Amino acid sequence: MDKINRRVYLDHAATTPLDKDVLQAMLPYFSDTFGNANSIHAFGSAAALGVDGARRTIAKLLGAKPTEIYFTSGGTEADNWALKGTAYAKKDKGKHIIVSSVEHAALTASCAQLEKQGFSVTYLPVNAAGLVSPAELSAALRDDTILVSVMLANNEVGTIQPIRELARIAHEKGVLFHTDAVQAVGSIPVNVAELGVDMLSFSAHKFYGPKGVGALYIKSGVKPEKFMIGGHQERTMRGGTTNVPAVVGMAAAMEKAVTHLTENAQKIAALRDRFVQRVENEIEFVRYNGDRENRLPQNANFSFEFIEGESLLLNLDLCGIACSSGSACSSGSLEPSHVLLAMGIEHAVAHGSIRFTFGKDNTQEDVDYTVDKLKETVGKLRAISPLFAEFKQGVQNV
Amino acid sequence: MYNDRVIKEFSQPQNAGELKDANAVGQVGNATCGDIMKIFMKISDDGVIEDVSFQTFGCAAAIATSSVATSMIKGKTVEEALKITNAQVVEELGGLPAQKLHCSVLAEEAIKAAVHDYLTNYKASHKA
Repeated sequence: MDKINRRVYLDHAATTPLDKDVLQAMLPYFSDTFGNANSIHAFGSAAALGVDGARRTIAKLLGAKPTEIYFTSGGTEADNWALKGTAYAKKDKGKHIIVSSVEHAALTASCAQLEKQGFSVTYLPVNAAGLVSPAELSAALRDDTILVSVMLANNEVGTIQPIRELARIAHEKGVLFHTDAVQAVGSIPVNVAELGVDMLSFSAHKFYGPKGVGALYIKSGVKPEKFMIGGHQERTMRGGTTNVPAVVGMAAAMEKAVTHLTENAQKIAALRDRFVQRVENEIEFVRYNGDRENRLPQNANFSFEFIEGESLLLNLDLCGIACSSGSACSSGSLEPSHVLLAMGIEHAVAHGSIRFTFGKDNTQEDVDYTVDKLKETVGKLRAISPLFAEFKQGVQNV
Repeated sequence: MYNDRVIKEFSQPQNAGELKDANAVGQVGNATCGDIMKIFMKISDDGVIEDVSFQTFGCAAAIATSSVATSMIKGKTVEEALKITNAQVVEELGGLPAQKLHCSVLAEEAIKAAVHDYLTNYKASHKA
């Protein structure tokens, strides 16, 4: 195998590297300020001060009150908590939940679990760009609906949903609204008051913070059932010793991400746009998935017809390029991405989908190198694809 | 996830492409499931697989499996080729992840489909 000299990371929706300033902010809390934030002695108080500051920083950046921020182990836990905690707390009022059909597995798996427990779930369809229609939500709301959950921005295709309008429609019927903002926070402006949501999940490692920490915003007065019990942490709502360095790191990362949001988003969108333009101009039979306007700045998702995504992904990996696939083969199931299928993309095409997500440290050279390698690899895989051979045969016969 | 042998066979596959003078072709799998394997063979009158190639739409394991399976049957008789099992293909590759074992089954089936094509179409028509 040729030695790889170049490494290009284009999988920022999977995770981001920890920012060096964030690491510096975290370091004292591993050793010097190691106390349990719930201890009343000086060691504990010093740690509690760090947690308290982090909570206030995060609340301010989101337009929330500090008492509305509950730290969790990440986005998945926050989603599980919002959905199941609300379902269990409201079950006497009703047992109907509405979610979109393009949610993250943290939501869809929780829905499946609730369905087994006697709840009913409506999955809102999306259009070809991945957008939920407010009219569809209006029509799906019932007297026994207790919660609506629609993600702010999609993890696979980057489509940004009209959350403000969807939340307003739910509220008109007195129904709570949760949004999974894991991909959005740090990439686009997110303000809970402007969005008008009751709950919002987010995760630090998506915005150059540490892994293993996230939070659920819960609006004052909204009371989901406790998710993790057995401690007084998070005002008794989420037990477990607070991961102080992680929480401090999350706040530092979010502050940096939000402060530099506009400049970073512009830079990243410019790289993404160059990439999209070159791919569309230079590679035939590609489809750009998702909405071109209402879209995260870092996301590009393409289907490369006649080839399968995993083989494309691994070939790029051999060239030092990291991206992600909507192919079934990467997960071991036979079904390709539920998001792409919900958008009406045929199975065979969905199998050939690749997500490229750009970050603040990427360069134009990264983009150009990736397009060059992509062209080579797509050509190589199409040359051995029976589907492409069939297609060419068909064209000749016409 | 994959061992070095699988990566090598996948990134530099042997016997890839269409075989123009093939007298037997077998295709298995479907695009919906994300795997299609097509095997081309040139079989001599005394039943020896003189040349073989493949076209595959599928993951890295499917391409690597196609590469080694076609290499394993090259120069073999049709009878010998039919005895190749998916387990032997996996062994030749030095193992595959559990969720990828179905790719090796696809290779075994594609070989059988090509031989079946030879026996039912080519050989039958040449006897007549």
